[in-house]
Amino acid sequence: MKGRVLVVDDDSALAEMLGIVLRGEGFEPTFVYDGDKALEVFRDSKPDLVLLDLMLPGVDGIDVCRQIRAESGVPIVMLTAKSDTVDVVLGLESGADDYIVKPFQSKVLIARVRARLRRTDDPAPETLTIGDVTIDVAGHSVTRAGEALNLTPLEFDLLVALARKPRQVFTREVLLEQVWGYRHAADTRLVNVHVQRLRAKIEKDPERPEIVVTVRGVGYKAGPG
Amino acid sequence: MRTAAGTVLASYRDWLAGPRSPVLTRARRWPRQIRNRYRRSLQLRVTTATLVLSAVVVSVLGYLLLQHLVADIYANKRQNAQQIVSVGLNAADSKATFSQPPSAASGEDMYALAKQLQSAGATTYAVEVTLLPGYRGPVDQVFSGGDAAGFYLVDGSPPKLPVRLTSAVYDERAEHSQGPQRLAEEWTSMAVAPTGPHPVPGLLVGAPFGSVYELYYFFPLAAEQQTIASIQQNLLVAGIAVVFLLAAVAWLVTRWVIVPVRLAALGARRLSAGELDERMEVRGSDELAVLSTSFNEMAASLQEKLAELEDLSQVQRQFVSDVSHELRTPLTTIRIASDVLFGAKDEMDQAAARSAELLQSQLERFESLLTDLLEISRYDANAATLDAEPVDVCTIVLQSADVAQQLAERRGTKIEFRLPGEPCIAEVDRRRVERIVRNLLQNAVEHGENKDTVVTAAMDSAAVAVTVRDFGVGLHPGEEQLVFDRFWRADPARARTSGGTGLGLAIALEDARLHGGWLEAWGEPGRGSVFRLTLPRVVGGQLQGSPLPLSPGQAGLEAAELTAPPEPAPAEAAESVTADGAQAGDQAHPRPTVTEGAAVAEGAAITEGAALAEGAAASEVVARG
Repeated sequence: MKGRVLVVDDDSALAEMLGIVLRGEGFEPTFVYDGDKALEVFRDSKPDLVLLDLMLPGVDGIDVCRQIRAESGVPIVMLTAKSDTVDVVLGLESGADDYIVKPFQSKVLIARVRARLRRTDDPAPETLTIGDVTIDVAGHSVTRAGEALNLTPLEFDLLVALARKPRQVFTREVLLEQVWGYRHAADTRLVNVHVQRLRAKIEKDPERPEIVVTVRGVGYKAGPG
Repeated sequence: MRTAAGTVLASYRDWLAGPRSPVLTRARRWPRQIRNRYRRSLQLRVTTATLVLSAVVVSVLGYLLLQHLVADIYANKRQNAQQIVSVGLNAADSKATFSQPPSAASGEDMYALAKQLQSAGATTYAVEVTLLPGYRGPVDQVFSGGDAAGFYLVDGSPPKLPVRLTSAVYDERAEHSQGPQRLAEEWTSMAVAPTGPHPVPGLLVGAPFGSVYELYYFFPLAAEQQTIASIQQNLLVAGIAVVFLLAAVAWLVTRWVIVPVRLAALGARRLSAGELDERMEVRGSDELAVLSTSFNEMAASLQEKLAELEDLSQVQRQFVSDVSHELRTPLTTIRIASDVLFGAKDEMDQAAARSAELLQSQLERFESLLTDLLEISRYDANAATLDAEPVDVCTIVLQSADVAQQLAERRGTKIEFRLPGEPCIAEVDRRRVERIVRNLLQNAVEHGENKDTVVTAAMDSAAVAVTVRDFGVGLHPGEEQLVFDRFWRADPARARTSGGTGLGLAIALEDARLHGGWLEAWGEPGRGSVFRLTLPRVVGGQLQGSPLPLSPGQAGLEAAELTAPPEPAPAEAAESVTADGAQAGDQAHPRPTVTEGAAVAEGAAITEGAALAEGAAASEVVARG
């Protein structure tokens, strides 16, 4: 498993502590303490995952997240002290795949990092179709009417999970488990925000989705009807 | 047999008993409406008072004025009459024949005199020349002034003169033999020839002359009466006009005063409703302008104070948020460090290992306390927001039971779920409902005295309710409110076993309120307690009632106590979802399926149904798993 982790955090004690834990689990941490330098270090180190503190001196964590997301689909896990909906949703909408609310346990951190890095290494060649969207699972590519769509790995996983069982309704909890790797019930806002992001990319009209459909009071399903 | 009369009687009774006609009812309501209106409107009161007072004043003035006018008119008339009579007397005295006792020819003379005097007055008065009453002589008592224009009654007979007047004239003869002071007067009413067939009021003047003669004049007051009547009428009209004019003026004047007062009242009401920008128009520099200015100053100072408070609250909120962040970052470092130490405790000596354990467990406690404190402070700062979406509350109930299940397992008790078969979809904030249920369950298991806990859910068209029942120590009267207080403990000496923060129920109550829902407690010492959460099914819905009863009924309570022993009978085991059963609930299956157990459960529910009689949905017990 690849294990380069970029830790963007201004608190040197926490960063060092995170480094100890990550190294203990076999990852290679790189550190940056300032939001202004985050993008530069990101380009140099080419990490497999970014641990990003939301509150940073210089460029704000949200902006760093947007900058990284603009040029890469690398998994981003936010560390935040605020669990209010506004803050969480803002962070997720800026492109983070997951978030951890401080204070957290080391095993939670490791579990989340692993979940984001765990990829089915060589998936069987498989092509899925929902509506006019075609998914090449092995090739990690999604096209709509011949036009390639640029999805992050997480969005791709979410779409594949839904598309593998078309017309089956997935609750948010099930999606959290399958896509994010959560064993226990967790924050369903994660699912809501990422479904919105996914729809913005794949739907013709995100206001009236046809590919990822909401089933009121239950969850989501792929395909119409 | 029913007769026609009976029918009529019956219909009459119906009429008596039946609703009155709307007109009657409305009429009966008028006095109250008027009284209410009167009490509420200063303008109406002032106008009414003006009306009444000015009416009294105008009537008194009018009466006095009228009296004065009438007296004047009468005095004039009298003076006039006396002059005419004096002239007549002079004429009578100048005839020598009258100084002699009457003879047979005296009648002629009297007639001539009467005619002469009458002709001078035309129709303005009537004259009679007569002999003193009771005189017997050659001439008949008959004598008088003239058939055509004279002093005759309409039927032709001479008028009956009032005795008082004739005797007064008799007395005058004795006292004054000469001069106009011989006159005697009487105001009376007569119908005489010059005035027509109806009796008219008038002044009757009599005087003695000659030997035994008497002269009478009647001055009708018809014209004067007409004048007075017309004056009276004019005065009345003018008086009424003045009264109403005054009332109108009062109405207008009070309106000038009342309108700004009403505006001020409206402004104050708007201000109290939160429209802090409300101001009054200041016009001129009178008292009303002072009122407006003071009102505006009050509003401005209120706005300023509120803005100040808002700022303080904002500062407070920011502070809490900052503290949260500042505390959480080092706490994370400590937490992870503790995790590392705890993971390495096998390599440490005994004291260091135990220290690492204590550090770990106390950090957990510290964290939950910090989380709860921050949550409460968020409510205190009004910063809590409802993040509602339609979810199945029953699923949330099952999912929120994990921690309480572990606690219950450690104590060897079970949590029994009695949930309806269909999904309880409601628009709620999942995180908050989970937290409420988790708190209630943990609380119930902790205080359940090692007896089972029963969780019931039910739903109606407007609300969804969850009750958590324990059979533990229960609550003393009055504690139903206290349990929701922060850091409240039923028995301060009792040790906390599950390490609750003491804020759980306070937060749960705030969570329920944020939904517009209720969180209520019931309890009796020794019989356990019930916590009921009721939430509206749509955001902003108003709760009218709860689908579940709060307190178990007397019979229901006994039944529940009998059917909830620590060791349930096999039949009940089939209907109730035990701790293990619920935990086995596979999350991959969104809805638990109804198993064969449901049939058994329904059978069992008949005996046990009394316990849950009120909740029809609740009595439908379904095994899940």
